[in-house]
Amino acid sequence: MADMAWVPTTMLDRKFVPRGVTRCTPARFSLWLTPWCLLLGLGLWAAYLCLRDGLLHTNMDNRFAFGLWIFLDLAIIAFGGGAFFSGVLLYFFKLKELNAVIRSAVLIGFLCYSGAVTVLAIDVGQPLRAWFTFWHPNAHSMLTEVTFCITLYLCVLAVEYLPVLLRNRQFRKIPSFLVFEWELHKLIPVLAGIGAFLSFFHQGSLGGLYGVLRGRPFAFRESFGIWPTTFFLFVLSAMAVGPSFLLIMTRVAEWVTRKRLVLESVYVRLARVSGWMLTFYVLLKSIDTMVWLNSTSRRGGFLPWEYYSWEPFGVWILFVEIGLFGFVPALWLMRAGKVNTSWLIAPALLACAGVALNRYVLTVQTLSLATLPFDEFLSYTPSWQEVAVFGGVVAYGVIVYSVLYRYTRLFPQEQER
Amino acid sequence: MSATQKTSRTPRRYGMVIDLDRCTGCGACVIACAAENNVAPGAARENDRNSISLLRVFTLNNPTAAGRRTAFLPMMCMQCEHETPCVTVCPQQAVELDVLSGIVEQMPQRCLGCRYCMTACPYHARSFNWGDPSWPAGMEATLNPAVAPRMRGVVEKCDFCQSRLHAAQDAAAVNGSLDPGIYTPACVEACPTQAITFGDWNDPEGALAKSGETFAWLEGLGTQPKVRYRSGQNWLHEMAERGGAAPAKEERHG
Repeated sequence: MADMAWVPTTMLDRKFVPRGVTRCTPARFSLWLTPWCLLLGLGLWAAYLCLRDGLLHTNMDNRFAFGLWIFLDLAIIAFGGGAFFSGVLLYFFKLKELNAVIRSAVLIGFLCYSGAVTVLAIDVGQPLRAWFTFWHPNAHSMLTEVTFCITLYLCVLAVEYLPVLLRNRQFRKIPSFLVFEWELHKLIPVLAGIGAFLSFFHQGSLGGLYGVLRGRPFAFRESFGIWPTTFFLFVLSAMAVGPSFLLIMTRVAEWVTRKRLVLESVYVRLARVSGWMLTFYVLLKSIDTMVWLNSTSRRGGFLPWEYYSWEPFGVWILFVEIGLFGFVPALWLMRAGKVNTSWLIAPALLACAGVALNRYVLTVQTLSLATLPFDEFLSYTPSWQEVAVFGGVVAYGVIVYSVLYRYTRLFPQEQER
Repeated sequence: MSATQKTSRTPRRYGMVIDLDRCTGCGACVIACAAENNVAPGAARENDRNSISLLRVFTLNNPTAAGRRTAFLPMMCMQCEHETPCVTVCPQQAVELDVLSGIVEQMPQRCLGCRYCMTACPYHARSFNWGDPSWPAGMEATLNPAVAPRMRGVVEKCDFCQSRLHAAQDAAAVNGSLDPGIYTPACVEACPTQAITFGDWNDPEGALAKSGETFAWLEGLGTQPKVRYRSGQNWLHEMAERGGAAPAKEERHG
């Protein structure tokens, strides 16, 4: 990946590299991919073990029915929210600066979603029955909504990215591809609209998964219509953290490639959007927390502060999530343009950490706490297979992103430094 | 069963009342449940957190009472009546509340194994088959032919011995009736002290109606469990009234 002078080593590789940009040698590119391929291999082996023998390879149990996989799935799907939100901002709010990152955003979204779906396929006990949800859908289940929307949205993301792929030098030589790409390109705003609609619902439904759990007073929330407040908070948090994650990934891509990939104004725009959305989210999250502490939980017979009497889940976790990882990065990101742009990655990282912590708390803390008065507070440590499977998904993301960066123009403003 | 048949008899609301003052914690109900429902013997890798247990007996101690008091608490699926937490969350309708019996039914053949129902259950009454169930050589002969063993990757739970309900329905049909009446689940049959009473909450003259004052665990959640308890010991009533968030002082043994 690292920037090097153009060295024509193989004709095939050179034929696919876009015109006007340089890429490192195939040998160096292979060297970059090698550790990621090893990690992917380890992940595939762990996944094979789980599929062959069952989930006894994990450390989940009857109380900890969800674990590392669900927590990280929720987090990366929130991070992938940049794809739908950037599309909305670009095509509906006409923020033209985002043209510079939209292809990368769509690709990151696709990788996040496809990675999450892959992990889910290993996480469920009977993956071959996944189609049952479409055949016998339970309209009352938030998970049904999630399944439908994520499947459709994954298709939309794939179609959205197709024109970028077809714009490759070699594909453009095929006239029918060219026509197809042109026609598809005209549909992109429509697809962005459909994607935003689907994404809105599944991001929300993922939050709703927990908010509807009447039997888990730590997670249960008040509802507006059929949707609990966590539905709306998940949508808002994904909209807030999506641009931040895009900012981080673009900055990391610049560091790895040692190139200027987008103008500084793009970073400022991403940061400001993220900052405003984060402020809105954290304010609503604070109100929701107060209502839950003072009303919802008490009505179910649970004194809320007692949830925090189990270490390590003390009250500090609430203040860190809302304060340190909420208001602090929100105010910092909103000041983008007035502060050094290169430092914007710090509040963006804090914002991402806040949303990841939110998903962690809702998944792990909810399951740790006993509901029955005589039952125990439980802890859980993921097995190496759980960690390896997720490592494999990260490796898959890095490999596909690297390959597509090399052979397509992910960043139209890409400049040699 | 057709829609006509569904409306042709009064629905039942099967439930239980468990007398905690009678329960000796002998575990006969647990063994009877496992044998009736073809629960595979625990493998070496299994423990009380990842094994199949459709019915558990907890030991509750009250160290604050004058003279240490102990009670044994048999606990299975509570067959929640209102907004049944597991039914509403299942994405593919593998769990349903049968309107004719009031039993929360689990269909392993349709279960995806997502475990969302386990997350939703406040009583932790559901078990997941983390691996393939297996029986030692020769032990297959002890399997109950009326109950299908469950495969790896699906959730299971107490369903008030559906096989016995079906047998009661068959027996009733022979006599030209659609009403299976009151049958006897395996745990009820096995209990040596008759601590478990099984019956129909819809029957004002039935055994459940005559059980006197009863209470349920986590009643504040509003799920209206159909398995209820009775006891003359106040500390058990007080314990049942509070949620589980507070650090429990009592010991618990699965």
